[in-house]
Amino acid sequence: MADLRSNFIGIKSPNPFWLASAPPTDKEYNVVRAYEAGWGGVVWKTLGEDPHLVNVNGPRYGAIHGADRRLLGLNNIELITDRPLQTNLQEIKRVKKDWPDRALVVSLMVPCEEQSWINILKLVEETEADGIELNFGCPHGMSERGMGSAVGQVPEYIEMVTRWCKQNTRMPVIVKLTPNITDIRKPAEAANRGGADAVSLINTINSIVSVDLDQMAPIPTVGGKGSHGGYCGPAVKPIALNMVAEIARTPELAELPISGIGGITTWRDAAEFLALGAGNLQVCTAAMTYGFKVVEEMIDGLSDWMDEKGYSSIDQISRKAVPNVSDWQHLNLNYIAKAKINQDLCIECGRCHIACEDTSHQAITNMVDGARKFEVIDEECVGCNLCVNVCPVEDCITMEQMTEGVDPRTNKPIDSSYANWTTHPNNPQRVDAAE
Amino acid sequence: MGKAAKLQSQCAGKGGAIHFDDLHPCYSNHEARVEADRCYFCYDAPCMNACPTSIDIPLFIRQISTDNPKGAAKTIFEQNIMGGICARVCPTETLCEEACVRNDAEEKPVKIGHLQRFATDFFMDNVAAHPYERAASTGKKIAIVGAGPAGLACAHALSKEGHDVTVFEAREKSGGLNEYGIAAYKAVDDFAQKEVNFILDLGGISIENGKTLGRDMTLEDLSNSYDAVFLGMGLGGVQSLGLVGEEHPRVIDAARYIEDLRQASAKEELPQAKSVLVIGGGMTAVDVAIQSKLLGAEQVTIAYRRGQEQMNASSYEQELAQTHGVQISTWLQPKTILSDGDQLEGMVFNKTKLDGGKLVATDDEVTLSADLIFKAIGQNFITEPVTIDMALELESDRIKVDGNCKTNAKNIWAGGDCVAGGEDLTVASVEDGKIAAKNIHEFLSA
Ligand SMILES: Cc1cc2nc3c(=O)[nH]c(=O)nc-3n(C[C@H](O)[C@H](O)[C@H](O)COP(=O)(O)OP(=O)(O)OC[C@H]3O[C@@H](n4cnc5c(N)ncnc54)[C@H](O)[C@@H]3O)c2cc1C
Ligand SMILES: Cc1cc2nc3c(=O)[nH]c(=O)nc-3n(C[C@H](O)[C@H](O)[C@H](O)COP(=O)(O)O)c2cc1C
Ligand code: SF4
Repeated sequence: MADLRSNFIGIKSPNPFWLASAPPTDKEYNVVRAYEAGWGGVVWKTLGEDPHLVNVNGPRYGAIHGADRRLLGLNNIELITDRPLQTNLQEIKRVKKDWPDRALVVSLMVPCEEQSWINILKLVEETEADGIELNFGCPHGMSERGMGSAVGQVPEYIEMVTRWCKQNTRMPVIVKLTPNITDIRKPAEAANRGGADAVSLINTINSIVSVDLDQMAPIPTVGGKGSHGGYCGPAVKPIALNMVAEIARTPELAELPISGIGGITTWRDAAEFLALGAGNLQVCTAAMTYGFKVVEEMIDGLSDWMDEKGYSSIDQISRKAVPNVSDWQHLNLNYIAKAKINQDLCIECGRCHIACEDTSHQAITNMVDGARKFEVIDEECVGCNLCVNVCPVEDCITMEQMTEGVDPRTNKPIDSSYANWTTHPNNPQRVDAAE
Repeated sequence: MGKAAKLQSQCAGKGGAIHFDDLHPCYSNHEARVEADRCYFCYDAPCMNACPTSIDIPLFIRQISTDNPKGAAKTIFEQNIMGGICARVCPTETLCEEACVRNDAEEKPVKIGHLQRFATDFFMDNVAAHPYERAASTGKKIAIVGAGPAGLACAHALSKEGHDVTVFEAREKSGGLNEYGIAAYKAVDDFAQKEVNFILDLGGISIENGKTLGRDMTLEDLSNSYDAVFLGMGLGGVQSLGLVGEEHPRVIDAARYIEDLRQASAKEELPQAKSVLVIGGGMTAVDVAIQSKLLGAEQVTIAYRRGQEQMNASSYEQELAQTHGVQISTWLQPKTILSDGDQLEGMVFNKTKLDGGKLVATDDEVTLSADLIFKAIGQNFITEPVTIDMALELESDRIKVDGNCKTNAKNIWAGGDCVAGGEDLTVASVEDGKIAAKNIHEFLSA
């Protein structure tokens, strides 16, 4: 059986699944339930200075739903902890003592003054927590007070605060990044320069999920007004994956450990984050949607898949796909694929036809010999994969590589050599291919 | 009561005199949204092509899924103004739902009929305004005979174009078989009358109840006094078994019984029975068998002269009968009615078989006892009113029409059950009314 034990920057946990800093990790009661359910670790809900903050007393969440009200994206306007610092610290200390084998990291957010950080670091150290995570991500509320993403959006601040922390504590420091920036590598580099032990990403994305068309105000609506919130859940996974990969494939950051966060809902999501560079995983929305039990599926699924593929440890998967993340210009333009529809699986809904006909390349029939039939016309198919994605039946349409003969669309012979845009004749900036 | 039943929203029953529960109560909002999400929004959707009135099914389902049931209902009414009754009585399992691609995917079609009912009920219960406005008056006058599905659909479509429509209806109530024929458990709460009123809300249509073609007027009168005539008279006659003793008071025409049942205020007014035999294999046979069970008969048997696959009732309806405790006996041809004075005792049948594709009676006999026999072997068209003075061309004893529902007479159209080659379905009758209206409008605008 695969060994799921995780050692992330020296913090050990029985599996790589941690709960992200958020309501599920808000207090002792939740965290104990999470450990009982099998979570490998938690990042405690972000602590701040006293007097503690308050939350709105109305709705905090909005959501995007898919079919059958499956929750696809969650938006929140919650702030950091709204409980007294001492209460949190006492609970953290007790929980760590009772659950020594689980990871317990404490998330922190205090004003951008060194003394504030020195004060809170000392208090956290006394709890025996395993490490700290600097919340430079919170995109709403806290940022209006010069904290959270207001810090995370200025690389110099990130570097400065990270350095203060490294200089004032023995605990490992994880810097949590906000996705609300243009180039995720810049804050990651800043954290690295400041001496961070790791980065974690992503925090939530600035968002308005919907508008109440009766009140004419954003949802969630509090007394007739709404403010933007932070977006998370399955919908943000693609954005998070890309950001994780961008950092992982930057040579200067190759050694910087990454805690992957953002929309992780199943074992497969987890495996994908690991493959693109994460060393462990943090989850929030999946737990908030389905409860702590979801971790059982994540653990089982990851373990079974690793067994099947012959991986025995998390380290063997981590970063495995990073070398294959490429710039567009290096993709092989001689690679030719055509869609193929399996007529035995086809239920004849016609979605592939209308998608290709109306919006793409007119490469799928709707009639053959007077009967309803959907077939790919190789002479027209550019291999774009749209039909595969709109087909409701999994694996009914597949993309098949052409390895020999002539591409009926271009009438050019299949060329098994590799050639990319950098040498393409249509590229004004091309470099001549080596002779 | 389960949560799902509690969620039942706007269409809870009020209960008539003889109360039948709705066969399928209306979907709640939640159920409708879940089911609507299953629709794939197919290209050139097979369900739409399978619907005799070509309702844009993917569109109306998408409208339900986007929380727009009113728009969904309008999409339905656009093709089928009687979408409400059709949602209740259409054998969807052999129409739209049979064509649903989900049958291929997981053998469970999207419940199009239920969704259609959800949308049309929503509209009729919650929207006060009629969905259409009449075009400016054309001054043209149209006579329609019969206020059944064919006649009403035709009337609505023509009035919409600005023509003035008069409907002559022999009976006291309008609606045709929707009122007098459809099984009580398929259309509870006086739905047929509600739908008639909904259609009349458009304006421009006046119904004269108690006026019978052939008695109160002749076809020639109508043809001369109106710009166009549409005949939607349905089938008024009853087929006969041709057996001795068929006049026995406990050998009853099923359609007539269903009608009496629909109109009766207490079940004591109707013949009571312990053991019921139903002769026939169609929808009417199934309806009367189920209703007999619901009314308390201990033993109900449908006797059909061919095999179960040849029955006109769909397999879904056969299953419905069986789950209600109705027994289906096949390959039985009626031979003798057994009775002792007023007491009906049963029926002797010859067993039948196929001989080179032909149905033949064998010498084997089977006797089934019963104290009530229903004949559900079909209705026929009474030709006199349309042949006495005008000689409309007939075919297989029904009115002959072309693809536009036009008869051989210069300004007379016909549709629904009374024309040859039809399907004897409510929805097909609505389509005929629609086709005729389109052609009449073209004729009048020419
Ligand atoms: C018992 C039974 C159950 C059925 N169940 C179903 C079902 O579940 N689903 C389904 O799709 N179909 C069902 N059908 C068939 C369906 O009801 C008919 O196909 C449909 O009603 C035909 O519509 P129509 O307008 O042609 O005729 P009808 O509905 O028969 O209407 C004809 C109207 O014309 C009137 N009329 C007749 N003669 C004259 C005259 N001389 N002068 C003036 N008015 C006249 C009649 O009083 C009647 O109101 C059933 C039929 C029966 C008998
Ligand atoms: C209600 C809510 C409150 C959150 N509060 C915090 C917080 O206090 N500190 C923090 O670092 N992240 C906070 N987050 C962000 C999550 O930790 C996580 O980064 C984000 O939700 C993406 O992960 P997910 O897609 O698995 O939910 C919060 C998220 C939610 C939904
Ligand atoms: S791969 Fe793209 S171009 Fe080819 S058939 Fe599918 S949708 Fe059309």
